[in-house]
Amino acid sequence: MISARGLRKSFGDFEAVKGIDVEVRRGEAFGFLGPNGAGKSSTMRMIASVSPVSSGELRILGMDPATDGPAIRGRLGVCPQEDTLDNELNVFDNLYIYGRYFGIDRATCRERAHELLEFAQITEKAKAKVEDLSGGMKRRLTIARSLINNPDLLLLDEPTTGLDPQARHVLWDQLFRLKQAGVTLVITTHYMDEAEQLCDRLVVMDKGRIAAEGSPRQLIDAHSTREVAELRFGVGEHEALAEKIEDLGERIEVLPDRLLVYSDHGEDVVTAVLDRGLHPIATLVRRSTLEDVFLRLTGRSLAD
Amino acid sequence: MALLEGIPAPLTPAAATKVLVLRNYVVYKGAWKLFITGFLEPVFYLFSIGIGVGQLIDTFEFHGEAIPYAEFVAPAMLATSAFNGALLDSTYNVFFKMKYEKLYDQMLATPLSTGDIARGEITWGLMRGSVYSAAFLVVMALMGLTQSWWAVLALPAAILIAFAFSAVCMAVTTWMTSWQDFDKITLAQMPLFLFSATFFPIEAFGDGVLRWVVEATPLYRGVVLCRELTTGVITWESAVSVVYLVVMGVVGLLVVRRRLDKLLLT
Repeated sequence: MISARGLRKSFGDFEAVKGIDVEVRRGEAFGFLGPNGAGKSSTMRMIASVSPVSSGELRILGMDPATDGPAIRGRLGVCPQEDTLDNELNVFDNLYIYGRYFGIDRATCRERAHELLEFAQITEKAKAKVEDLSGGMKRRLTIARSLINNPDLLLLDEPTTGLDPQARHVLWDQLFRLKQAGVTLVITTHYMDEAEQLCDRLVVMDKGRIAAEGSPRQLIDAHSTREVAELRFGVGEHEALAEKIEDLGERIEVLPDRLLVYSDHGEDVVTAVLDRGLHPIATLVRRSTLEDVFLRLTGRSLAD
Repeated sequence: MALLEGIPAPLTPAAATKVLVLRNYVVYKGAWKLFITGFLEPVFYLFSIGIGVGQLIDTFEFHGEAIPYAEFVAPAMLATSAFNGALLDSTYNVFFKMKYEKLYDQMLATPLSTGDIARGEITWGLMRGSVYSAAFLVVMALMGLTQSWWAVLALPAAILIAFAFSAVCMAVTTWMTSWQDFDKITLAQMPLFLFSATFFPIEAFGDGVLRWVVEATPLYRGVVLCRELTTGVITWESAVSVVYLVVMGVVGLLVVRRRLDKLLLT
């Protein structure tokens, strides 16, 4: 579906994407993870065939965006980071008119628009103004709109940013149904739970490059331990105590409010710590998550 | 190619223009009252200045023929209302859609191109403008302010004026960064409106350089073209005006396309 080789994007002197190789297969859900400024959105815009490739090779559905832009865009669904709905049209017309932009005939457009209102659970809002919708409804409408042309490939740029937990779960459920229906999904996100939920395979991007690639499970196995023991001591003690228990895990990380000990057997670490006469205020043993991998690969400092 | 099965045929430029006009039609369908103000503006000018002020003025000479003041001003109002309407549509409205609504970004995610957007937006502006112009022309005819069947061609002339200014003003708008920049538009709009031989004959500028400058401005070409048509005094100058306005519009359209490519497809 998507094949990129040495893909680069620069804006003047600034290079947003510094040569990435990506292969997305039909029917899979593929994720781009990364902090702000990692080059995710620039990559997505190139895939959406609205941003010219600076160098390298990019093929979408077997076609070259530089020459077949309209044909590619005709097969894509794009859900941008911000809801760019047409505020001058009502909810139904947002779907209907958007469909007409694809050259879909009136009757089909009307039928699809009704189906998608059902799908997005906003049928009763069909005649409402866009600005009267809640944030979650707007997001669902944006996603519904991106499906008007029955796309082969759906691009979702941070689909659940700014939504409440209920709305996120509804959306995940809908995206999962689309995936079941055979739609290839490409998702950018900085929510790790979202990536773990939705993505079969993902890449972690950092500063315009790919830092790691694989399934969520593979990434955790490769870049973290099976479990993490979180130990909380008094404020200011963490730095000094870290040295005393360094040998207990594969890796230890000092945070202002706790110590993270990476180990395949978290409970053993806690027992060993107590055996050494140390008394943490609180302890927590949990499985490693994608977030641990992410922070390991892209660092804890703010990107912007 | 198997991947391409069941795709609707890509839109032709004409079909794309039609769809964009449809979008604007749906938006304005509910706001038909706006159309009344667009129609009334030149009518008010005609009554206040053409008829009101006209009572103090005997006749003006136009291409060697004496014509009553109202007949002199009315075609100028036809031309300037086409100009004002085009300017409003292609500056404020385009700027709002581009910068705030991000409307063109949505459209470019579909098979539509920047050329389609430029053509579609300008076509819509022209359709709206031509309704006003036709209505005004009817008012002129009813008031006995048209002297020849050539006046029928004043409608396409008004549309041509609107086309030329829409294209150029939309191009200028692509360079605007904030609402403050619109002061510059007003700064150009007012003198064009007042000094394009709208309310007094071009001879008032004397025979010097100033007259030549005015004669070379686009709105003057539009005003004099409309006046030639409604009074039935066609000269070789009419053809010059037509060519002038066509070239202006086409160049504007090409610039708009290039600028939208540069701004939106980054």
